Amino acid sequence: MNEIKNKSKNPFDIIRNWYKNLSIDKRQTVTSYLFLAPALAFFSLFVVIPIITGVVTSLFNYTNKKFEFVFLNNYIKLFSNEIFLKSLKNTVVLVLVAVPIIVIFSLFTAVVLYKKNAVLRSVFRGIFYLPVVTGTVAVVVVWKWMFDPYSGVLNYVLMRAGVIAQEIQWLGDKRFAFWAIVIILITTSVGQPIILYIAALGNLDVSQVEAAQIDGATDWQVFKYVKWPGILPTTLYVVVITTINTFQCFSLIQLLTSGGPNYNTSTIMYLVYETAFKQYKFGYANAMGVVLAIIIGIFSLIQFKVFTEKEVK
Amino acid sequence: MEKLKRAIFNISSMSLLTILTVVFIFPFYWVITGSFKTRADNLKLPPIWFVSKPTLESWQVLFKQPAWQWLFNSIFISITTMLLVCLVSAAAGYVLAKKRFYGDKFLFSMFVFAMALPKQVVLVPLVKQVSFMGFHNTLWAVILPAIGWPFGIFLMKQFSEIVPSELLEAAKIDGCSEIKIFTDIVIPMVKPGIAALAIFTFISSWNDYFLQLIMLNARSNLTLQLGLATLQGEFATDYGVLMAGASLAAIPIVVMFIAFQKSFTQGITIGAVKG
Repeated sequence: MNEIKNKSKNPFDIIRNWYKNLSIDKRQTVTSYLFLAPALAFFSLFVVIPIITGVVTSLFNYTNKKFEFVFLNNYIKLFSNEIFLKSLKNTVVLVLVAVPIIVIFSLFTAVVLYKKNAVLRSVFRGIFYLPVVTGTVAVVVVWKWMFDPYSGVLNYVLMRAGVIAQEIQWLGDKRFAFWAIVIILITTSVGQPIILYIAALGNLDVSQVEAAQIDGATDWQVFKYVKWPGILPTTLYVVVITTINTFQCFSLIQLLTSGGPNYNTSTIMYLVYETAFKQYKFGYANAMGVVLAIIIGIFSLIQFKVFTEKEVK
Repeated sequence: MEKLKRAIFNISSMSLLTILTVVFIFPFYWVITGSFKTRADNLKLPPIWFVSKPTLESWQVLFKQPAWQWLFNSIFISITTMLLVCLVSAAAGYVLAKKRFYGDKFLFSMFVFAMALPKQVVLVPLVKQVSFMGFHNTLWAVILPAIGWPFGIFLMKQFSEIVPSELLEAAKIDGCSEIKIFTDIVIPMVKPGIAALAIFTFISSWNDYFLQLIMLNARSNLTLQLGLATLQGEFATDYGVLMAGASLAAIPIVVMFIAFQKSFTQGITIGAVKG
């Protein structure tokens, strides 16, 4: 019976027979890869290949006209490029300032909210997520108006209150532009951490908290010794994703200041964009991207180490 | 003492939260009301906090731009991305959770590792590659690259763990084909996961300004986000038009978010909390 089938010339039958004659293990593998095929195809094509070409072309002087191998020259040039170093500094400062604020703010909000009733919780969750859903471009419209030196509400209020004597160019003044970005970044970043923290706090073992309370622990002690260790994995996750996202801060800057004044608000990601799509130096831009990826990798690794060590203790 | 402390903490934290709420809602309120004010009223100080005579002036100016086209493009991109991501991720997540095969551990760790990759860093080579493949400046340039990102696979793997293996075995013994097992048993059981992933993908695709910016540039090809960014250049201080544009970009997605908040919350928590 089998032999007759195998002689069929129909390619479908040939494949079907080959499949049917496989051992169960091998059949499992073939089926699995068929299910995985689309995912693997998209992943290889649009994630793996760009990573490889990005790293490779970072070793080339690659513009619209040129394509020549320069080995590490792009990287050497980077570290004597003042604008790059300034953007690097801005990026790191942005992360060091914004990430702790975002984490503490979301933790605080979640602690206040998680015991409230479901309706209130979901209303607040929605409110803090609103700037994320609304999208950076739409949010920026309002902030632009608030920071507008002549028709914006911020200068108006401050002048009426007598805090300042004349209009401040919030986004054009190098003393303020960076901090204006930090504030907007915070409001657009706390949504997801708050949701995560509310869920994590809600998942805590209630009996442990109650036991500690019966033993006479104060609220602060309960938080420090029971709740905080319980949400440590969530904190790790929040810190890592917030750091990764902050390192890649781009839209706010492109829309509000274009990196100005004088590159005072430029981040690496913004500089990558400018170098690649305004100056068409693709190899150079890719070298910046690689440096950024390495820095992000190092940061994530350190955070991971710090938090897992704490957990072991 | 502890009670008093608790009361003080509760009152001060709730009042702080209320103030913050205003800060977070205000932009949204301001954009919507601002779109119904005249150009002059939007520049007035002190600001006009409440609209007394709504006008459609700004909306009319907005729709002299190809705003309908932008809206359509945004919807098309988000829905197509959403459908493809769900389909591809559900299939991959299912086998990663439920089948043991050659290379399964390696593939799963590869996807997890890739989730931590800074997504935007590969955008420059991606643009070059997409132009090489010939679909730069088409809507597909924004759709296809978004499907390869492994978050969805990871999420669907987490959700697929709940499908009982005995059930799959039994179906197999009854002679069910692999495809039928997937469509008739697995998919119905992981529906909450698919819902979460769908809404999550829709929102992130709708708001993925950076990807849209570098992939699309013909004026008729823009999305709402890009169109609005372009208007910010052209209508610098005509805040009414900008706010009408911002409302158009924000309202559909906010409505969607409110409607599916539960699924959405589930989606972004499952990987992180208890994972």
